[in-house]
Amino acid sequence: MSGRQKENKTPGRLAELLPRLREAGIPLQPVNAPVGIAEEISVSPADWGKVAQEAAACGLRWSACWGEHYPPQILAKALFFGQDGHLLVQTALPEKLAELPSQTPYYPAANRPERYLQDMFGVTFTDHPDGRRWMCHQAWWQDQFPLLKEFPRAGTPEPETRPDFEYPFAVLPGDGVYEIPVGPVHAGIIEPGHFRFHAVGETVLRLEEHLGYVHRGVEKSAEGRDLASLARLAGRVSGDSTVAHTWAACQAAERALGVSVSSRSLFIRALLAERERVANHLGDIGAICNDVGFTFAHVQFSRLRELWQRQSLALFGHRLLMDVVIPGGVANDLNTAQIELLFSEAARFKQEVGTLMPLLLEYPSLQDRLRDTGILSPQQAKELGALGYVGRASNQQDDLRRDLPYAPYDLLSVDVPAYLQGDVAKRVRVRGDEIAVSLGLIEQLLKKIPADGPLAVPCAPTGRDCMGIGLIEGWRGETLCYLHLNGAGRVLRYFPRDPSWLNWPTLEVLIADNIVPDFPVCNKSVNGSYAGHDL
Amino acid sequence: MRHIFDKIIRTGRLTEPVVMPDKAVAELGAACQKEVAARFGGSLAIRMVDAGSCNGCELEMHAVNNGFYDIERFGIHFVASPRHADMLLVTGVVSRHMQVALKRTYEAMPSPKLVVAMGDCAGSGGEFGVSYASCGPVSQVIAVDAVIPGCPPTPLALMQGILEIIQKRL
Repeated sequence: MSGRQKENKTPGRLAELLPRLREAGIPLQPVNAPVGIAEEISVSPADWGKVAQEAAACGLRWSACWGEHYPPQILAKALFFGQDGHLLVQTALPEKLAELPSQTPYYPAANRPERYLQDMFGVTFTDHPDGRRWMCHQAWWQDQFPLLKEFPRAGTPEPETRPDFEYPFAVLPGDGVYEIPVGPVHAGIIEPGHFRFHAVGETVLRLEEHLGYVHRGVEKSAEGRDLASLARLAGRVSGDSTVAHTWAACQAAERALGVSVSSRSLFIRALLAERERVANHLGDIGAICNDVGFTFAHVQFSRLRELWQRQSLALFGHRLLMDVVIPGGVANDLNTAQIELLFSEAARFKQEVGTLMPLLLEYPSLQDRLRDTGILSPQQAKELGALGYVGRASNQQDDLRRDLPYAPYDLLSVDVPAYLQGDVAKRVRVRGDEIAVSLGLIEQLLKKIPADGPLAVPCAPTGRDCMGIGLIEGWRGETLCYLHLNGAGRVLRYFPRDPSWLNWPTLEVLIADNIVPDFPVCNKSVNGSYAGHDL
Repeated sequence: MRHIFDKIIRTGRLTEPVVMPDKAVAELGAACQKEVAARFGGSLAIRMVDAGSCNGCELEMHAVNNGFYDIERFGIHFVASPRHADMLLVTGVVSRHMQVALKRTYEAMPSPKLVVAMGDCAGSGGEFGVSYASCGPVSQVIAVDAVIPGCPPTPLALMQGILEIIQKRL
């Protein structure tokens, strides 16, 4: 009756793809995969597009791409998700002639990440459908590439960086079509970004996003850091996902260094990650309802969020849980009394949210505004590789905690709510369901937490270069970290991929044919992170 | 509908008295409210600009509007237009891509143009500092009247900070 969908995974399997690539005559070089993923292969640059074509035909999900500069070469890497693991594909390009076929024709999700590679490394994609710059505004020249090793961190900026008013937005001609430019400074307590609407009357014909306003140079400023300092930086990639990004970075580091973290500290990390999920969902449900004027929900859910954050402060020393996950473990332990406190908190919140959610779902004038608003069809969500609650409201269920569980989720059973409609109402509903799932997981974690084990183990450098990949199901979805350390344990390359990279493009799709005044509620229902995307 | 009213009545009033660390500060709330009443016609309007924050400061800025802190009871509220703003509350290092947007927001404000840097990034550069992408702390771009430290400052620290600054500047 509720329309909840049965368990359903991304259909593609690496076991199917690899033989298929060989059959297609693509020479594959097996590589010693960095710890944390199932397979890594190396291909020639000419086969870069073909690999994506085959992967798409097999039904794998496109997850990320990034680069790394090894003078005189640039390595391009792309990550694919199959239900039997992640596949990392790598190719080496000469830095003087860095040209690659694009994967975007087969995976629209690759569009902006490839343009990011173009702006930051100078890689040219020969058949990319959209060659415009993406992250490069006016702070550096288009022939400068900040993530090349020779580019100094200080850069060569002008005393004042010109605003990027010449960005070539798409033009949509037609009678009565007008443009609405919004941002970068928005009319509220929100992060900055630019939205360009084309509308007729009240109806949005097309929305184009222009992001990158909060590009702070996260990756460049990671270079040379030690692990403790990297963890602090990772915690500030996106403030609402501080646990997810820090855990991903620490997981990557621990895998690279071959450090095994105590089971107790992994349980505490999972408790923190579920706390982060609940806090953000509570805030979002209230804020979405507020965007259609239903202040009751806003007041109630922000009350719950505040109580939740106060408990985080009391037990872990930080309201947003920053810097609690540290390399090798966690910074705070829990005593028996605190575990009891968390049990009773979970029970209380089950009751509170259990009372409130039905009020929202049954309230006709609220549902009338949320149903059929901002529809993202399952097909569109699949093409764009939508993650987390955005994906699940459109029946794209991938959840690493269930599908490729990392410790301690391998000891738990994770229920993944999913629906077909893909409208704002379902994105609210998935959040409500996920709160209930998280509260259940918190109880399971508290019951099963091992009685002892070191809070944090040392992460000593190995004396040689090492790499690791961290993959954590954050509250927004699959959160990736690629980390390359030198022999002294210093960062050579850090790349965090926030799920927002995949979810921002869904907003452009789901807003079409909605009215302009519904943009805020649609935007909030997706709630992409500007900071996590802009880096 | 009955259930909603029932929940509202049972929830009751959340708003707490502001807990001030010492007596001098304890008198601040009342004093500021008086100043806000006298000099700003009873209402102090804040325009916030995220110039390169991680969004942590914004989350806590939202929190000062929740029922527990309810900053509007002091006549302090957030506005959409800089033309209506008495105070500019800036978060984050100033990314180079936001440099002009921040300056223009500042220029659009009427006097007295109070500028407050919220959080360690805005105050001192935090984890990011100065780079090809970042101008560093807000003071590198516009004159800052006060800094509220913290990563991010708690809602209480934010409220206390705002109240103190009004007192100091007026």
